[in-house]
Amino acid sequence: MGEYIRPSRLEEALSALARPHTVLAGGTDFYPARVGRTIDEDIVDVTAIDALRGISATAAGWRLGATTSWRALIEADLPPLFDGLKQAAREVGGRQIQNSGTLAGNLCNASPAADGVPGLLALGAEVEIASREVIRRVPLERFITGLRRTDLRPGELVVALHVARPTHPARSAFLKLGARRYLVISIAMAAATLEVAEGRVAAARVAVGACSAVAQRLVALEAALVGAPLDRSLADRVDPTHLGPLAPIDDLRGSADYRRQSVLVLLRRLLAGLAP
Amino acid sequence: MTVSFMLNGTAATWMGPPVTRLSAALRDDLGLTGTKVGCEAGDCGACTVLLDGRQVCSCLVAMGQVEGCAVETVEGLAADDGTLARLQKSFLAHGAAQCGICTPGMLMAAEELLRKVSRPGRGEVEDALGGVLCRCTGYAKIVDAVVAAADPTAIVTPSAGAAVGARLVRVDGHAKVTGLDVFGADGVPPDALWIRVVRAPHARGRFTLGDMTPLRRRLAAVLTAADVPFNGFGIYPDIKDQPVLADGIVRYRGEAVVALVGEHATVLSIRDDEVPIDWAPEPPVMGIDAATAADAPLIQADKPKNLLLEGGVRHGDATAAFAGCAAVAEGVFETVFVEHAYIEPEAGWAQRVGDRIEIHVTTQTPYMDRDEIANVMQLKPENVRIVPTACGGGFGGKLDLSVQPLVAVAAWLLKRTVACVYTRPESMAASTKRHPARISAKFGCDATGRLLACDVTATFDTGAYASWGPTVANRVPVHAMGPYVVPHVRTRGEAYFTNGPPAGAFRGFGVPQAAIAHEAMMDELADKLGIDRLEFRHRNALRTGDTTATGQVLAHSAGLAQCLEALRPHWRRTQDEVVAFNENGGMRRRGVGIGCMWYGIGNTSMSNPSCIRIGLSPDGTLTLYNGAVDIGQGSNTILTQIAADALGLPAAQFALVSGDTDLTADAGKTSASRQTFVSGRAAEGAGRDLRQQILRLANAGPDAELSLDGARLTVHEAGEVRVIDLATIGSLTGEGRFDPPTTPLDANGQGIPYATYAFAAQMAEVEVDIELGTVRVLRIVAAHDVGRAINPTLVEGQIEGGIAQGLGLALMEEFLPGRTENLHDYLIPTFGDVPEIECILIEDREPLGPSGAKGVGEPGLVATAPAILGAIHHATGVRARRVPLLPHRLREAIVGLKGTGA
Ligand SMILES: Cc1cc2nc3c(=O)[nH]c(=O)nc-3n(C[C@H](O)[C@H](O)[C@H](O)COP(=O)(O)OP(=O)(O)OC[C@H]3O[C@@H](n4cnc5c(N)ncnc54)[C@H](O)[C@@H]3O)c2cc1C
Ligand code: FES
Ligand code: FES
Repeated sequence: MGEYIRPSRLEEALSALARPHTVLAGGTDFYPARVGRTIDEDIVDVTAIDALRGISATAAGWRLGATTSWRALIEADLPPLFDGLKQAAREVGGRQIQNSGTLAGNLCNASPAADGVPGLLALGAEVEIASREVIRRVPLERFITGLRRTDLRPGELVVALHVARPTHPARSAFLKLGARRYLVISIAMAAATLEVAEGRVAAARVAVGACSAVAQRLVALEAALVGAPLDRSLADRVDPTHLGPLAPIDDLRGSADYRRQSVLVLLRRLLAGLAP
Repeated sequence: MTVSFMLNGTAATWMGPPVTRLSAALRDDLGLTGTKVGCEAGDCGACTVLLDGRQVCSCLVAMGQVEGCAVETVEGLAADDGTLARLQKSFLAHGAAQCGICTPGMLMAAEELLRKVSRPGRGEVEDALGGVLCRCTGYAKIVDAVVAAADPTAIVTPSAGAAVGARLVRVDGHAKVTGLDVFGADGVPPDALWIRVVRAPHARGRFTLGDMTPLRRRLAAVLTAADVPFNGFGIYPDIKDQPVLADGIVRYRGEAVVALVGEHATVLSIRDDEVPIDWAPEPPVMGIDAATAADAPLIQADKPKNLLLEGGVRHGDATAAFAGCAAVAEGVFETVFVEHAYIEPEAGWAQRVGDRIEIHVTTQTPYMDRDEIANVMQLKPENVRIVPTACGGGFGGKLDLSVQPLVAVAAWLLKRTVACVYTRPESMAASTKRHPARISAKFGCDATGRLLACDVTATFDTGAYASWGPTVANRVPVHAMGPYVVPHVRTRGEAYFTNGPPAGAFRGFGVPQAAIAHEAMMDELADKLGIDRLEFRHRNALRTGDTTATGQVLAHSAGLAQCLEALRPHWRRTQDEVVAFNENGGMRRRGVGIGCMWYGIGNTSMSNPSCIRIGLSPDGTLTLYNGAVDIGQGSNTILTQIAADALGLPAAQFALVSGDTDLTADAGKTSASRQTFVSGRAAEGAGRDLRQQILRLANAGPDAELSLDGARLTVHEAGEVRVIDLATIGSLTGEGRFDPPTTPLDANGQGIPYATYAFAAQMAEVEVDIELGTVRVLRIVAAHDVGRAINPTLVEGQIEGGIAQGLGLALMEEFLPGRTENLHDYLIPTFGDVPEIECILIEDREPLGPSGAKGVGEPGLVATAPAILGAIHHATGVRARRVPLLPHRLREAIVGLKGTGA
């Protein structure tokens, strides 16, 4: 039988992590990976750590604690900048999963189909990581390094996500494609954040998930959007060449070709939907 | 670690490893088995409880996280005095619980919602309950129950003689809404040893077992093929081809190889790679083409050409008739392995009682289990007792043995109680599936749209073992021409072994696959001739007096034309609405489709008797001894209603003894939609028999009225009152038997395969996202000729649940061994996928049936996929040749049709 600790202070958790432990948060990825067998690894349960909780406004923007649940996010009083991430939260699993599952858990599990990732990429989120020795911040793009791989080093814990306050008023949206209504793993999904000044796109961040090992920003599309008037013609700016960073695969949920086409459709709808 | 928390309002403490799942702690340690476990992976929601007022999957919560929290489970919903909460009553009144395995989770999810919103809308209910799966109900009645939870509920209590036709609440419903029902995994005695089965990781191969001595030291036993007295089982008396534990050869991925028997924690802690099995995998034979290839290796050495069985029906001269057809349609249609996905995995336990073995198990067929276990154990059938637990869904999948022989062998050898509960991946890998089919169909008609000829060959992949393959291959040729008058018929069914999972019985026994083909042909012929698709079917519908392709004259109760007539106004209106919608252009296009079906009730040309008894004891206890297992479809209630009216006492006075092979008579298996018709007739007979005895005792005439009050049985007749003191006359037993009259089919498939048939026509309206290939089913109207609806709520429940499964078959369900062995990769419809369903019950009485009733267990499913696929064709022009029509397949077909990538 392994060790299990559930500290209330971050330092305790970090001390424990000096030795290899599995981090447990909402358990919604942890337990499904352990069906029908004894769980005997050493565990640090991070759900009682105050420092990992809550959503707060900071001088630079917002801090989303690592153990923020999807539900807490949905219920939080946040500006339209977060609408896309909230839409993603509503599409995660069913209510129970939204009540338990956490933002950091979604990132650390590093599934290509993690619904939180495109939205957070589109928010330009940074990941705050702590170990006994240091606290560091990594842009989300560099945090998830591959299929189920992250930049977390031994002894480290994700403490929070940070979203900078945009220069201009911003809006965001998210679209998910799945083969059924609830409890469905995405075939593809897309998220976008647009900053708007004088009726035109001043800055854009667009990201696509489930079409590559790690969700990708589409910088070429972002560039094509900047300067465009904020109306439904945004959709026309989407071009297949923008999908360069994607590398969709054939799997049981869909073919690579289908994913490539569908992403274009999702992106066009997403952008058209962001117009007033 | 000790965890202190509030459990249903009372302080509780629990001790154990803090990483233990809350679901396990509740069930195994705190005795609250109302919380169900269907997957341990968050996918099914059966384990939903409230944690500090919020719904969570208790299988995903560590006990360490529960410290200081409030946990609420289904057991806490009713008041302390047992008064049910409004929500529970509403579930009962609306028929929201069928098998009941999802019910506790549904109730808790609804409870979270109702505390915030007392009168939620349908959308709110769907969002709040969307994380709980139900495989039985199609969700409609659950939504109704939650929406109406704040309203007072009217519970129907019919008086004597008025039970048939009433919306009686399920007689076993109370246990289902309180969490007290005992399912396969719920009643395991605490001292039981547990089995964990080590299964084949390869679909084909040979293996040798290494030295098990080190493992045996940690365990009570390590069972292998050598421990099984007769290591073969199978549905047919002459095909016992499936080993309980594989003997050196495996034929499908997931086949049982070794059974580890020991303490629960110990068997779970032993990983597969610690069990010394030396594998020599071979390339598997997958699919019909591989199995029928000239050089195909044999799956079973004694089955040449990998052929299990072939058969067919010939009537008239189809070949000649095609020459005279004005229109001919042809097509090949393919389906895949489909998983039953009952929310309750296989579970049960056994104990040896002297020289008898007693098995408590979730099953659809206690008597077949008894005889099969007797054969495996080489015991006399009398020495085997099967006690069916509540069954959390079967749909055909629990007609085959699963845990039974394993727990029986272990309990017998060890003289200990031994339990086995499959995990979800194990259940999905090991259990039977719907047969993948390739159906080549050709239909022709004259210029007025009268069908003249059909030629259908249905080829099935029966997987590694025979299971119910012969049943499928026999049933399909009889049904493959559809519910129509076709003078010239040639149909064939054939089934081949492969290294796929054994394909067995699944709601409809192959007929749903065949219906996809014949209904597509009806649409194509109608379109070719410019005849409305509904009218085309109406023109050809089998009616009373018509002769079927097997030469059977339908003397009564063939209500397809009435079903179509009932659909007609909906059909016409929807056609217009669809046209109007599509005129707006846009990426979404709507379509409407229709599907018809017929379904022979009971076994095909085989005796399938049922015997039901009713006992009236000296103290006045009136008991229905019912050997028919209620797997959620409602036979406990239906048979009580029928028996009550036949006897002439209120249904509410019946107690129930169900399924136990020591206490009931053999009522046959719960399959083939037969229990209402066959056991219903037996129950009617039992009621009448007991009534006759009572009337004789009272010297009363046939119209006398009975009333029962304790041991006082009063007989009223024409103002005269006679009282029988049951205490003085001893027990009375009424017995009824029924075996539907059928005849064997000859070499040309001629004969009377079934005593009666159910008919149905369903209409589906869909909306297709042309760009993404996604389909939303907007509405289904289902008209079913059920003979007589003994209990309309239960009949609707069967139809709605069948429709949900038919929708899954059409749009999303595909079992791929090794790849979709869980409920997140294998998709079944959720709350948000099943549309509004309107049921229209046509009651064209069947004189052979109880009060005119036929069966409805399977028909709901059969017509649905064809209706949906027809609607998709109407919307897009795409004729589905292969189901499920997943978004990418539909999108590819749409692109193929247009020849553009737009
Ligand atoms: C039925 C079901 C449906 C689902 N549907 C969706 C869906 O639609 N979309 C989707 O994206 N996901 C879905 N998921 C996956 C899952 O719910 C999410 O990924 C969730 O956000 C994970 O969070 P958690 O807190 O439960 O993670 P946990 O299971 O507790 O942990 C996940 C991983 O992250 C690590 N970890 C967690 N927190 C930290 C931390 N602070 N620092 C370092 N490592 C950490 C853990 O060690 C573990 O490896 C679903 C899961 C289930 C069971
Ligand atoms: S058992 Fe918990 S979700 Fe299935
Ligand atoms: S009643 Fe819902 S799964 Fe059976």
